[in-house]
Amino acid sequence: MKIAIKLAYRNLIGAGLRTWLNVIVLSFSFVVIIWMRGIINGWNRQAKDDMTAWEIGGGQYWHEKYDPFDPFTLSESHAPVPEELIPIINRGEMEPYLISQGTLYPRGRMQTIIVKGINPKQDIFLLPSQKLDTLITDAIPAVTGSIMARNLNITRGDRMMLQWRDAGGTFDATDIVITEIFSANVPNVDQGQIYISLENLQKMMNLPGEATIITYRDGHSPGLTELDGWNHKTKQELTSSVDELIKVKSVGTSVMYVILLLLAMLGIFDTQVLSIFRRQKEIGTYIALGYTRRQVVGLFTVEGTMNAVLAAIVGAFYGIPFLALQAKTGWTMPMDTSDFGMAIAQTLYPAYSAGLVIMTVIVIMFTTMIVSYWPSRRIARMNPTEALRGKIQ
Amino acid sequence: MFVFNHYNKNMENSHVIKVEKLVKRFPIGKGEFTALNGIDLQFSRGEFAGLVGPSGSGKTTLLNIVGSLDTPTEGEAFVLDHAVSRLSAKESAWLRRKELGFIFQSYNLLAVHTVFENVEFPLLLLDYTAAERKKMVMDALEWVGITDKAKSKPPQLSGGECQRVAIARAMVKKPSLVLADEPTANLDAANSHNILKTMENLNRDLKTTFLFATHDDKVISYLKRKIYLIDGKVDKDEKIINQ
Ligand SMILES: Nc1ncnc2c1ncn2[C@@H]1O[C@H](COP(=O)(O)OP(=O)(O)OP(=O)(O)O)[C@@H](O)[C@H]1O
Ligand SMILES: [Mg+2]
Repeated sequence: MKIAIKLAYRNLIGAGLRTWLNVIVLSFSFVVIIWMRGIINGWNRQAKDDMTAWEIGGGQYWHEKYDPFDPFTLSESHAPVPEELIPIINRGEMEPYLISQGTLYPRGRMQTIIVKGINPKQDIFLLPSQKLDTLITDAIPAVTGSIMARNLNITRGDRMMLQWRDAGGTFDATDIVITEIFSANVPNVDQGQIYISLENLQKMMNLPGEATIITYRDGHSPGLTELDGWNHKTKQELTSSVDELIKVKSVGTSVMYVILLLLAMLGIFDTQVLSIFRRQKEIGTYIALGYTRRQVVGLFTVEGTMNAVLAAIVGAFYGIPFLALQAKTGWTMPMDTSDFGMAIAQTLYPAYSAGLVIMTVIVIMFTTMIVSYWPSRRIARMNPTEALRGKIQ
Repeated sequence: MFVFNHYNKNMENSHVIKVEKLVKRFPIGKGEFTALNGIDLQFSRGEFAGLVGPSGSGKTTLLNIVGSLDTPTEGEAFVLDHAVSRLSAKESAWLRRKELGFIFQSYNLLAVHTVFENVEFPLLLLDYTAAERKKMVMDALEWVGITDKAKSKPPQLSGGECQRVAIARAMVKKPSLVLADEPTANLDAANSHNILKTMENLNRDLKTTFLFATHDDKVISYLKRKIYLIDGKVDKDEKIINQ
């Protein structure tokens, strides 16, 4: 094995330009695959971090009737905040919010929306809820997200009418003023909704002390798992949609890996086939000097596989600085990601794990080995005397 | 690694090569071509012999079988008491690795390796330490008078120098038998004489058996035994005793 590695190394280096072409192409595969998987990992992490910071905290209690996919359940999915949670809420470790439906009339148009009532003093979410404390006579302060603002073509300071139906079924209306437009990477806290203070919404709905969802701070599980009438949703459950989405997206990007690897492997395969054809005399010589044909197969396989070893080394030279820089500065997507309709930041910071790097290296090495071995099997069937004469077609 | 049974390198009277009723046929198209047609030959240790004959007479074919690179169709070739047709792939590789040296018409040096590395190659397959290898390689380069080119690569050498490297590579492990197929065919007269003298000296000093395949008169003039092959048959077997 040691001889094979030594010989393979000398042969590869001796082959010059062709080797370096293969090695460089293959090193791209290493770097790009690690980078792409890093981006996906980073996206996963960012999406979950953003969800934690904007939407779900460390986990939530949902009113048992609440169904985020069915707005008609909203009229029933509210209940008084359970007694045992009130001290925790007072300490600021949990925040209730109430959700209801309403109709907004921006610039004379009509739009059905979700109204969320939230405590202006909360600091579990990054939401600029303190802007709901703005004092305005004859209107209710409201904040909304940038996607919503763009869809409705409204800006800060705009005033419009909000109409709703309270718990008793009576319609009412008031003016709201947009006091802040925030931008989050989480469509779930933005699209089709506005925020007003919890107190205001409770008053408007005639539901004092009631909530739809109660969120606890990240890392501060309240210790009680089951509450009567409320469903506990762990952070893991709430972020599983991210995992799902990313799994789907990973399948898409793995097509890229396959194409990249295919390109690199084509070069190596081609080199191997050509090598075996052009180096018949050398193969015959190895056999005359005392190698078995199977050892020669091994030699050529090692030689081909060494392309991947060299590629890993070359790739490390430019790849490590590049990947490190990317992790620091991030990769800003050339298109506007807020249109994607999913939790994705404009700038993604790739996150690499040792597992990711090791897996990538193993997969590429293994693939290279197979591709090197495959054409080399021919040597095992070669007639050494014909190989020595260089007569094999 | 495996060990050969019943084999003693110093058996003075045993034959290095014993060929019995050897027949080699090659399939061509639907029929067959008989390249060797009943060869009986014996070679003792230290011979400096050659297969001589016109092109197509079967010289290379016989040399290949003796080198266990090919197998007989009928009959048997014993090389150092091993029946070539009965050796497994591993055993025949081991025989070549340990006991046989090859010299080819076109040198067959490994172009990407230096002269030193080329000569060292056969030793890498055997269990020598780096220090032992170095000494053996330098000795072998000295036998052929090419020590100053140790660091060169074959493409930088002349044909004569290449063939001397090839001889050093064949001799470095001090094999029992060296098989040389047209070793001078690519060399001019001066270089031919030069390498033939070198081989003659090695044959004398190391008692290595040499078997050539050639139709070059310069080679023939050095041979101590000439076996004339015609159409796959031994026509004449001339020994020169006490020259
Ligand atoms: N693999 C093969 N298949 C078919 N015929 C072969 C094969 N090898 C050799 N022969 C034939 O056997 C005959 C002897 O070939 P061989 O190479 O032994 O001749 P040679 O005496 O070495 O000739 P030369 O002096 O030209 O090298 C030739 O006619 C050759 O065409
Ligand atoms: Mg020949």
